[in-house]
Amino acid sequence: MKKVYYLLFCLYCLLVSTVCLAQTGSDADEKPQMATGLRADGKIWVVVAVVVTILAGIVFYLIYLDKKVSRLEKESQR
Amino acid sequence: MLHRSWWKILGVALLLYAFVAGFIGPVPAKPILNETIRNLYFHVAMWFGMMIFFIVSLVYSIKYLRSGNLKHDWYAVEFANSGLLFGVLGLTTGAIWANYTWGKPWSNDIKQLGAAIAILIYFAYLVLRNSIPDLDKRARIGAVYNVFAFAMLFPTIWIIPRLVDSLHPGGMGNPAFNTKDIDSRMRLVFWPGAVPGWTLLGLWITSLRLRLKILEEKKLIS
Repeated sequence: MKKVYYLLFCLYCLLVSTVCLAQTGSDADEKPQMATGLRADGKIWVVVAVVVTILAGIVFYLIYLDKKVSRLEKESQR
Repeated sequence: MLHRSWWKILGVALLLYAFVAGFIGPVPAKPILNETIRNLYFHVAMWFGMMIFFIVSLVYSIKYLRSGNLKHDWYAVEFANSGLLFGVLGLTTGAIWANYTWGKPWSNDIKQLGAAIAILIYFAYLVLRNSIPDLDKRARIGAVYNVFAFAMLFPTIWIIPRLVDSLHPGGMGNPAFNTKDIDSRMRLVFWPGAVPGWTLLGLWITSLRLRLKILEEKKLIS
């Protein structure tokens, strides 16, 4: 049963990506100002690093909580 | 299922993809929006997460009403909690985004109002449920209210915003975001990355709260 869920999820991802690629975006005539240079050498990677660090912190905290709850569950079973 | 780890790892991996591709990936150039269009991966994903959790909460409330199993009631509450967390985050991030694109954080836009009302209705669910000391009565009244809360959620965030003009893209008959505003490159980050990623992270938080709740209730009974 679990394998079926897993397969369904993979199928969803595959389907979605093919559907997405099949569509083309529309370009506006005049070009609004975008931070294209900023992305290349404007240190946007620093922002990515900060956000990923926050995500890592949250994930480690969740792993810690997960383990703690697991320990409590084991104790209550005894 | 709650104790498995594969979906937790998958969720984190998808979020990593959404974050890196969300900042570095190409986006269409739009006036006013500029780079803030990237908020789609974070702000809009909150609403998708909220909607999914409220639907799951509704399913468990109905399950409780059919079975009388208290465990279903706990599931319904915890999923409503997570839905509220995502909803409040969606409202806050929306206000920040609006401040820099529409000029002010709150412009009484119909979608802002609808979402705020929906969130208040769900807060009332928690207050109502916690105000009843009797376990079975609390669960039953809570479950019935949750069904009504969902019945109110639908018009406030899905129906009324489509009938009235809105500052949000894709008002007047279209979904929450205009399909012409984002292109295939953005969809490739949003649908397979941001939406399932954030939802799985929320599910992880919910699963932890649920396991704690089950432990607590066990202690109370024994």
